[in-house]
Amino acid sequence: MSAVVKFENVHMSYGAVQVLKGINLEIEKGQVVALIGRSGSGKSTALRCVDRLEKINDGEIWACGHRLTNPNLDLRALRQDVGIVFQSYNLFPHLTVEQNITLAPRWVKKMERTAARKLAEEVLEQVGLAEKIDSYPEQLSGGQQQRVAIARSLAMKPKMMLFDEVTSALDPELTGEVLKVMEDLAANGMTMLLVTHEMAFAERVADRVVFMHQGRIREEGPSSILTNPATPELKSFVGSHH
Amino acid sequence: MFTNFSLVHIQVLLNGLLWTVILSMISFVFGGLVGFALALGGISKNRAVAGLVNAYISLVQGTPVLILMFVIYFGLPIVGIEVSSLVAASVAMVIFSSAFLGTIWRASLQSVARTQWEAADCLALSGWQRMGLVVLPQAVRIATPPTVGFMVQIVKNTSLASVIGMAEVTYIAKQVNASTFQPFTTYLVIALFYFAICFPLSVLSRRFERIYSVSRR
Repeated sequence: MSAVVKFENVHMSYGAVQVLKGINLEIEKGQVVALIGRSGSGKSTALRCVDRLEKINDGEIWACGHRLTNPNLDLRALRQDVGIVFQSYNLFPHLTVEQNITLAPRWVKKMERTAARKLAEEVLEQVGLAEKIDSYPEQLSGGQQQRVAIARSLAMKPKMMLFDEVTSALDPELTGEVLKVMEDLAANGMTMLLVTHEMAFAERVADRVVFMHQGRIREEGPSSILTNPATPELKSFVGSHH
Repeated sequence: MFTNFSLVHIQVLLNGLLWTVILSMISFVFGGLVGFALALGGISKNRAVAGLVNAYISLVQGTPVLILMFVIYFGLPIVGIEVSSLVAASVAMVIFSSAFLGTIWRASLQSVARTQWEAADCLALSGWQRMGLVVLPQAVRIATPPTVGFMVQIVKNTSLASVIGMAEVTYIAKQVNASTFQPFTTYLVIALFYFAICFPLSVLSRRFERIYSVSRR
């Protein structure tokens, strides 16, 4: 299979509430796909399904060669292949930046301490925070914490990355530094699926924009659909963002 | 016929205090071991396990420790199990401590944000690594002040063991009082003994509370 991620008629509900009502989606290697839509449209749920943080009720999802509905799915293998960054950073507050980054490489990949430190330096360099290696998360700004969270994910050398509204908790003046890091990643060929409210960013960076509405994909295409929406729903959604 | 309260009595009482401390330590260490298992069981996804833990905790917390001691000390011989007062007191205190430490620690584990568990999962950590490297270190900080505070309750509750005849400091004090007939002096002395153990623990508990509320580290 050539696609890194493939959704096939995916249905998912929380109790009686249907959140995803038949999603079909493919992401090729190196592609950047932006999921947009109003809150409650199911975009975050769809993204979380890829890392099996939510279980689907019907349909199939493949991610990096893993079939997620496989009852014998190796979750830890899946999660080594797929990196995820959350809205609320979720750094470990009791660990330094270095320890946050090297925790999984050392315990999951059994990396040596010195090699892990070197790896931490590398990924921190990548997000422009090399000098913060010995800080604790609480000593950093929100934007810096989020960049460390990205670095922590990168340290596992994932085959693709998920970004769940990673700038939504940040002050406007701090979103730029995080988006810059993501743009660099995209330029370096990382396969990315991101849920975002940053329309300008989606338009500039995404290879494909997927507009979700009430649990379905209502419209998708190149980022130009944001300037020339075909459906009234996307038109009104884009309108509310300008 | 009465002897005067003297240094000898202090010495005897200090010997009793040693047993108070020993019983307290047994309660804390073994109550802690059982309590930790209860805390883990209490957050288990297995509903039967979590339900059993809940039932045990509710049952123990709704029963006076003294009655627990009576049940074990006077009740077990009826079914043919003779227990010494030390064993009976220890078992009752361990049951009591385990229920309370279990609640404190379960709540501490639960107060580590779900998103922290999720972040650990997403980094491909195993269940044990997630617990040991991410959740426990944070839970320990949350749990330390109330745990140290609860040690005060343990120390004070060991005095109940005097009722079933265990020779800890309160029991010894009763005997000293019987021979000196100086209840005021005798009980004031052991009150000071208890205070000397409990007050530093309270201070420590408050200090931990301050440290951990100032900094999350």
